[in-house]
Amino acid sequence: MSDYQLKMAFIMPTMILLILMNIFPLLWSLYLSFHRYKASMPTAPKFIGGRNYARLLTDPEIWGYFRTTAYFVILAVTAQFLIGFGLALLLNRQFRAKGFVTTLLLLPMMLSPVVVGLFWRFILASDNAGLLNYFLSPILKSPIGWTTDPKIAMFAVVIVDTWMWSPFMMLIALAGLSAVPKSLYEAADVDRASAWFKFRWITLPLVSPLLLIALLFRTMDAFKMFDIVYVLTREGGPGTVTETVSMNLYKLAFRNFNTGKACAMAYILLIIIVALSNIYVKYLNRVKGEA
Amino acid sequence: MKRLCISAVLILMVVMIWMPFHVNAQESLTIVWAEWDPANYLQELSKDFTAETGIAVDVVQIPWPNFQDKVFTEFVGKSDLYDIVIGDSQWLGRNSVGGHYIDLTDWINENIDVDSIYGPAMTAFAEYPKGSKKYWALPAEVDAAGYVYRKDLFEDPTEMKNFQAKYGYPLAPPKTYTQLRDIAEFFTRPEQKLYGIATWYSKEYDGITMGFQQVMWSFGGSYGDPNSFKVKGHVNNKDAVKALEFYTDLLKFAPPDAPNYYWQETLNAYISGKVAMGMNYFAFFPGVVNAQTNPLSHDKSGFFIAPEGPKGHYISIGGQGMSVSAYSKKQDIAKQYMKWFMQKPVQEKWAKLGGFTPHKEVLQSDTFKKATPFNEAFAASFPYLRDFWAVPEYAELLEVCQTNWNEAITKIKSAKDALNSIARKHEEIFEDAGYYDD
Repeated sequence: MSDYQLKMAFIMPTMILLILMNIFPLLWSLYLSFHRYKASMPTAPKFIGGRNYARLLTDPEIWGYFRTTAYFVILAVTAQFLIGFGLALLLNRQFRAKGFVTTLLLLPMMLSPVVVGLFWRFILASDNAGLLNYFLSPILKSPIGWTTDPKIAMFAVVIVDTWMWSPFMMLIALAGLSAVPKSLYEAADVDRASAWFKFRWITLPLVSPLLLIALLFRTMDAFKMFDIVYVLTREGGPGTVTETVSMNLYKLAFRNFNTGKACAMAYILLIIIVALSNIYVKYLNRVKGEA
Repeated sequence: MKRLCISAVLILMVVMIWMPFHVNAQESLTIVWAEWDPANYLQELSKDFTAETGIAVDVVQIPWPNFQDKVFTEFVGKSDLYDIVIGDSQWLGRNSVGGHYIDLTDWINENIDVDSIYGPAMTAFAEYPKGSKKYWALPAEVDAAGYVYRKDLFEDPTEMKNFQAKYGYPLAPPKTYTQLRDIAEFFTRPEQKLYGIATWYSKEYDGITMGFQQVMWSFGGSYGDPNSFKVKGHVNNKDAVKALEFYTDLLKFAPPDAPNYYWQETLNAYISGKVAMGMNYFAFFPGVVNAQTNPLSHDKSGFFIAPEGPKGHYISIGGQGMSVSAYSKKQDIAKQYMKWFMQKPVQEKWAKLGGFTPHKEVLQSDTFKKATPFNEAFAASFPYLRDFWAVPEYAELLEVCQTNWNEAITKIKSAKDALNSIARKHEEIFEDAGYYDD
């Protein structure tokens, strides 16, 4: 067996698996997105051109789900960035039981999102039986409707997602912070630089490429938010206040089995995520160049 | 030696994979149902079938919020995981047209005494299209939405006196929605952690739809014309708007987390003593009269049927029909089980265990009515039962209702806007499905 054949023998199983599991479904769903098709019905897909896309893009309710998702992404990712980076700055020094504290802080992101959603459902229950409302009851006139008040429900989802994913930001930021050479801070100390100066001109520029990668991952992930919304606010309630695009996509695909339309919506979502990622990557390259 | 070892391991692996499929030679049947008490009763009842035939029966239970999604996904994958599906009445259209249920018309006509089954149950749980005499199921559990109330509160002399003084009529289980509202208002005392009513407002599955639709019908609204499938002017008429405003107003007399309430939450609210009245399917009431699950009021609970409205008396139907999966490899055994299940002695035992029998004679017997404190109210609900659309597009229609009604009760939309939105979306769904093509 030649070297080339040997290489191919090793690569082919993975390639075949990738084509079957990734490439084929991607192309098949693209095909279906131009058809009227319901997976639950025996009728064959019927070509309707771009009607699924036109219907979706002109439906004000769909844009409402996109607005909800954007609102959630901005709030959650910003909160996670600030808390995660703040925690990393606090942990970036030597103290007793540092390893133990870091492990404890990392625990939330190791849990299953459904489990997280379920126990936060009990914590944030909207009557006094909810743990948070119970503790707040001495200072509140009436319990807060964490998951039932349309003005508050989105914050409940953001709180839970932030609790779960800030440790991820913290972990990446901590990796970046520990890689900053100590000599730079020593040189700054010799020049009597202020703490803010050291943070602004040493820490931030050197950590920002890693922070941007963490932001990229979190943005992409938050854009696909499904599980916590499904469990915590019971499928995006109250009304559609917390109904993200992915939640709606799930209903379209697996409850209504409106497969053609669901495929079109998945592609719209994919295009948006790719566009957002490209903006990040471009900015990341610029930051790297500057660094 | 090395080769011998590898060969031995390979043989062992092949045997281990092969064994589970071939060693267990006993025939078996898998029934899928939602996770609730009647499924436990069915598992218990099925022991008799196993004793008679030697065929093991496994009743697989799926939590309610995921029940439909899980079963439908299995159907789309043409899975033979389930032989018998005990599904909601609304599933009939989708699963018969979609080819997921087998047509049982001829088999039922030859093997089942249809006259022994309560007529409206046969129509609701077995027939599609309605009135066509084409059958896709047999009624398994016939259910209705009803109310439980705290007799100790309702019969307390001070409460009765105060109520009479405030509303001008005696305190008793309500017969109309106006009375229901008055009583709910009367018992709402947040400072005592007591509220008037717990009913369904949840966005999960069919929660708020099942809770509100009976109010809408009783106030004079309807989902639409079942012949022309025109919706505008029916679901969003003045009566429906009034009904939705009434249902939203009722929320003032419910616990603060009531917008998330479906059957589990209403049951918990009642059992924990949080409310004076609670709505639920009758099938959940065994938990109310059980001293272990309801130590507070198991012996102080009374039951009444859903009240009537200003323009009629209608109640949401519950329960499910038993269908044979088109992908099952054991369709004959499934039919054998269904034939056994519909026999009168089996139905009597089914009722005794706590199941709500569709068997006319058993259902109307005094033994059944007196078997539990709620069976009488359950039997009285029967003439008023109505159902949601049972067309193949039901899931989409339901989703629109769930979202818009939930938006109305949480004041995101006005009642009128929510109903107009439902009318527009429902007609779009019917139009897309070709209902207006002629």
